Amino acid sequence: MTFLNSLELLAFHNVAYTVYSVLIIAIIAWFGYNLTRSEKAEPMVRIPFYGFIAFLVAAGVGHHIFTYNVVPWVAQDIMRESIKPDQVYKVTIEKHQFQLPSEKLVVECGQKVLFDVTSQDLVYGFGLFRKDHTMVTQMQVNPGSKNTILWTFHENGVFDLMSTEYSGPKGNGMFVPSIMEVRGCKTNVAQGGSK
Amino acid sequence: MSFMNDLIHGADSKFDHTSLNALQKATLRAVVVSFLFYGLAALEGMIMRAASIAPSIKPVNGSVDHYFAIMTVHPIVGIFGSTYQLVFAAFLFLVPFLTKKPLYSIKLANATWILITIGTMASWLASFVYNYAPLYTLYWPLPADTTQFKAIGGVMFIVGVALIMVGTLLFIYNIYATVFSKVGVHKNKTTKELLISGFGIDGMLNLVHKLTGKEPYSKEPALSLPVVAIFRGTVDTFLDALVILSAGVLVLVYLFADMGGVKLDVASIDALLYKNWFWWGLDLVADGLVLIYVAGSWYLLATLITGQKLFMENVARAALMLELLVSWMVWSHHLLADQGQPEMMKLISGEMVTAFELLTQGLALFITLVTLWKARPLKMTMELKYLLGGLIGFGLAVPAGIIQADMAMNRVLHNTQWIIGAHVHIAIIVGLYMTLYSAVYVLWPLVTNNAKLWSTKLANAHFWLHLIGGIGMGAFMGMAGLDGMLRRHLYFNGEYNFFMILAAICGTMLLVAWLLFLFNVIMSVGLKGLIGIFLPSHNKEASYGIEPANA
Repeated sequence: MTFLNSLELLAFHNVAYTVYSVLIIAIIAWFGYNLTRSEKAEPMVRIPFYGFIAFLVAAGVGHHIFTYNVVPWVAQDIMRESIKPDQVYKVTIEKHQFQLPSEKLVVECGQKVLFDVTSQDLVYGFGLFRKDHTMVTQMQVNPGSKNTILWTFHENGVFDLMSTEYSGPKGNGMFVPSIMEVRGCKTNVAQGGSK
Repeated sequence: MSFMNDLIHGADSKFDHTSLNALQKATLRAVVVSFLFYGLAALEGMIMRAASIAPSIKPVNGSVDHYFAIMTVHPIVGIFGSTYQLVFAAFLFLVPFLTKKPLYSIKLANATWILITIGTMASWLASFVYNYAPLYTLYWPLPADTTQFKAIGGVMFIVGVALIMVGTLLFIYNIYATVFSKVGVHKNKTTKELLISGFGIDGMLNLVHKLTGKEPYSKEPALSLPVVAIFRGTVDTFLDALVILSAGVLVLVYLFADMGGVKLDVASIDALLYKNWFWWGLDLVADGLVLIYVAGSWYLLATLITGQKLFMENVARAALMLELLVSWMVWSHHLLADQGQPEMMKLISGEMVTAFELLTQGLALFITLVTLWKARPLKMTMELKYLLGGLIGFGLAVPAGIIQADMAMNRVLHNTQWIIGAHVHIAIIVGLYMTLYSAVYVLWPLVTNNAKLWSTKLANAHFWLHLIGGIGMGAFMGMAGLDGMLRRHLYFNGEYNFFMILAAICGTMLLVAWLLFLFNVIMSVGLKGLIGIFLPSHNKEASYGIEPANA
């Protein structure tokens, strides 16, 4: 099992969390119903106290181990300083304006792209979005810090750029349409309306 | 009794404000103000809900300045003006009630709610009048950005927040002075014994002695478990107040300099370091005092509702001590999308330590449910109903937060509606408020001297509207977040209208629920009683159930 993009990961997450939500509501509702009954209710599963503690620890830690192994961008992000990128794009943000290296950034499928973004004044965000408004990736852009993200694209498409962090009311208009194009992939999931 | 009689004198004229002592009045004053601020926060929320669907709608009128000004004060009014007031009021009553000691100072208790009220209103006015809108995160150097905001608005806002924090510090002093006072049951206790108990160390020692077979297996702790939770959570409240005050002072220095015609270099403050410092403090509210106060409240409510001892009490005490380590070390989960943040801090603090909140809150939920289960059959009272609602709220919201405190998920969920909807709003509106409503119903007869609740039907309608509205709104906001909707952005082209309309319907349910609750309270105590709460008390007692003279 591998999730190559946010759509796949979030679709899985949506199902898993919905199932969990129904389960936890049902359990507490079952408790509430049986708390008032004089007949003794027999729980279907007896959960030992320390077994429950072990389960919580395993769930909390296991969740991170699971995502590390099935989501490729985690390891790539942690190791980004030692990975040689295929493309480097230097972006500067100042006075709520993106200053980009060219009008359109064209990337071949599977290339490792490093976005190196500098803020000259406020805290901003750097986020790429599909045409159907779903998010591809993002990072915070702090002034005075090195803000780099290494990303591999596995889907054809044209992406929009948006600031994902509030930087005052003027930041609401920080949107650059169709700034990036990915070519050469077998899938066109990013062309829009895939939800 | 007639409707008009109930409206003026309260249900069956059972509420007599002249019979209340000083402690009861101080508690009720803060509770009344808290619920008024809740209404204001709900109204602000609905204005933003409406603008999320149709930005040109009044009163926003398509103005991003106005929209973000509302967004800035919404958590100030909701968290400090309402939640802090309600929690502080409950605890200033509960500590004397549980320790059988008088409250250290009624004057401080009144000063607490007055300062928080004035501070909240000052911050609200700063955004309303001047559209000061750096949001509650105050990311440096935005709060000092005088190209976007008027310096006078910033000064007013920060002074307001500072007043809230001063009120908070007075509450903290009052709580600790009461806990450490050597009167009544604590006449012969040493400060060391009270400290050990306050931090939950005695619970840990009892566990160790039991495991190692060391006599005596269990010592009776100096402080009851809910007081331990209040004591422990208040440590985080104190640290949080210091951090927010320090940030406020920094912003004020820059704003005053600007007003004096001097331009200080904002770059001399490292934005990422500031972010770490500020989030460390801010997270002590979210992941420290809220979770600890809530756990303590659940334990108290479970024991009061059942009349029985808490299941696994020593484990619960030890868990409160563990939470000390957890809550002080989790702030990095807010910086998982900050690429300048060291990776080890992201891994250890942001992911691994944060995961332990699943353990501490899961334990609290488990212990509370088993305590209730062992006392079957129980009557489904209002307080039990709301307690179960509170458990559902945190049962949903804590995992939603833990899921995002992960480097893979955070990359595509950070700053989206997922975190503010599925996590924050469900945690506060469903988890925290339903727990607090349960406390309100439990304490109602104690604080009002057995005033009659006007309508159980209204109370039930409030319960269901609040529960369904709260979960629904958070869920639909969360779903929009999964589709890429940002939490701090105003969309003008109806990109997420499907989910925003559904969230607005649920938000309306919340607003109606609050109106029903408010109406029920007014009809229970009457308009005369409501005014009377704010009149001076003839009975100066600052305790519950004991005479100060005998203390």
